[in-house]
Amino acid sequence: MSIPTQTKASPPSRTITAVLKEYAGLLIPIGVVLFIIAWPTITGKDISREAMFTVLLSIALASSLNILLGYSGYVSFGHVVFFGLGGYVGFYLMSVHEWLLWPAMAAGGVSSGLLAFLLGKAILRLRGGYFALATIGINEAIRAAINNFTPFGGPVGMTLNFQVYKNYGGASEALWLSFYTLAAMTLIVITVSYFVRTSKFGLGLLAIREDEDAAEIMGVIAPNAKTWAYVLSAIIPGVLGVLFFFKNGSIEPLPAFRLHFSIEMIVMVMLGGQGTVLGPIIGGLGYQSLRGFLLTSPIFKNIQLAVAGALLLLIILFIPSGIVGWLRKRVPALRRVLR
Amino acid sequence: MILQVEGLGKRFGGLQALEDVTFDLPEGQILGLIGPNGAGKTTLFNNISGVYTPTAGRVIFRGEDITGLKSYYVARKGMARTHQIVRPLKELSVLENVMVGACFGQYDYKLGKAKEIAHEVLEFVGLESRIDQLAGSLNVGQKKRLEMARSLASQPNLLLLDEVLAGLNPSEISYMVEIVKRIRAERGITIIMIEHVMHAVMNVSDRMVVLDYGRQLAEGTPDEVSQNPKVIEAYLGDPKLAEKLMASGGE
Ligand SMILES: Nc1ncnc2c1ncn2[C@@H]1O[C@H](COP(=O)(O)OP(=O)(O)O)[C@@H](O)[C@H]1O
Ligand SMILES: [Mg+2]
Repeated sequence: MSIPTQTKASPPSRTITAVLKEYAGLLIPIGVVLFIIAWPTITGKDISREAMFTVLLSIALASSLNILLGYSGYVSFGHVVFFGLGGYVGFYLMSVHEWLLWPAMAAGGVSSGLLAFLLGKAILRLRGGYFALATIGINEAIRAAINNFTPFGGPVGMTLNFQVYKNYGGASEALWLSFYTLAAMTLIVITVSYFVRTSKFGLGLLAIREDEDAAEIMGVIAPNAKTWAYVLSAIIPGVLGVLFFFKNGSIEPLPAFRLHFSIEMIVMVMLGGQGTVLGPIIGGLGYQSLRGFLLTSPIFKNIQLAVAGALLLLIILFIPSGIVGWLRKRVPALRRVLR
Repeated sequence: MILQVEGLGKRFGGLQALEDVTFDLPEGQILGLIGPNGAGKTTLFNNISGVYTPTAGRVIFRGEDITGLKSYYVARKGMARTHQIVRPLKELSVLENVMVGACFGQYDYKLGKAKEIAHEVLEFVGLESRIDQLAGSLNVGQKKRLEMARSLASQPNLLLLDEVLAGLNPSEISYMVEIVKRIRAERGITIIMIEHVMHAVMNVSDRMVVLDYGRQLAEGTPDEVSQNPKVIEAYLGDPKLAEKLMASGGE
């Protein structure tokens, strides 16, 4: 009898706290990203919008990669292939067939997802280093193919007619539009990442990461689960490739399939904490801040990649679970709120 | 018959790890599987549970030919197993480890229900106080119980236990033997149990199969097997084991 009265007496704020607690793992990452999104408006500077564009792009790509790398334990070294391929497909549709940005982005995402699906069955059989090598090989092969593919402009690539931006209210408006489109995509990928992490599908992925054979013996259909993780992690990079090159105005094989970019994504995931929702956000923000600092320093300007490599090595040696992973281990109370 | 193994053979390159193994297992029984190290016991489990594809023979589980079926499909048909060398999902909590068993077993439970089952099973094996601990931080005895809990969480019809007593101290052994008995008594799960601790396996088994160099040396009740001259001879290569076998058979 006392139970119903208790529920009646408990103020609604209690249930709100309960919900906040339950979804803290989602709300904290969303809060951090919203703050980054608001930063250019807070400072009122175009330059900070450009800086935050890079940060958000990093966060979204790192979070996508994390679904494969962090949750399933498969290291995709050539993940930039999805960014490049999606970018090319969307760019082609925009420049040759005069598609608008958003359907072109969708097409970019679909093509990358499709590529991952087809590749998945073939190369996800490979484990550890062999898988990583295969992903590099695929990136190089696709870049070479596009280099020789005349509809996509071959080695010269393609450019957007400047008039195109008129559809979006002018070049300056298009920059803001790109920023807010990216912001929305980043929020989506983080939400997806959270729901994968806390779902049954995600539990299967984590089991695969820890011990694939043991997971299979418990009934996890690993080949399917891995393929879907790969597809999910490929879609957003494909979508964002279109957005990035739309804003850029041109696309070429070399910048679209730059392996360096792939390595940076891995560094960001590892730095922040693989396998967590918040990790890639902290990693993307941290890495880009560091890079911004290094770029202004004349000594480091030319050895960025070496610095990224050294950073990766230091992380793997000293904090293999990344910043968020380290915090979760050190402070058990944080495990409930940091996902 | 819940399980029928017919003329099962497995060859690894030049090594005939199993040859012509044949036995039936009625529902609700506990079958003890013994044999010297390297006899092929674990290999037999691997061939039954779909980790390996046999090179000869058939495995019939619940009336269905499952020979060569992938391990995850076998699991989903109601077979679960533990590993001789424990395989905890180290960076996941004890609870999550067990939830994997429930989520992907034959009943494909949702997370909420899986959590409920995991709690119940962890209490059953005496790990309820370790629920939030990372599986990697458990000691060997606890890891063995975790293996047991994980396989039970899938609510299997047949449970394959690979040396769950190995490496445990005497009090842990009697605790575990009690659990094995209760699994059959309370849950009606059929069990095949590989074991080196002879008195324990003789004590719980309804019937036994003896393997030696991949061949089936004997089959029968614990008494029959322990008095079988071929079995005694095979174990003479390992006098200590033979002694153990005799001692427990006479009990
Ligand atoms: N994957 C494998 N490849 C080659 N040989 C194997 C493999 N698995 C087991 N064996 C061999 O098969 C024999 C039986 O091993 P096992 O089944 O582990 O024995 P038991 O469990 O009875 O101690 C051993 O000689 C072992 O080396
Ligand atoms: Mg063995």
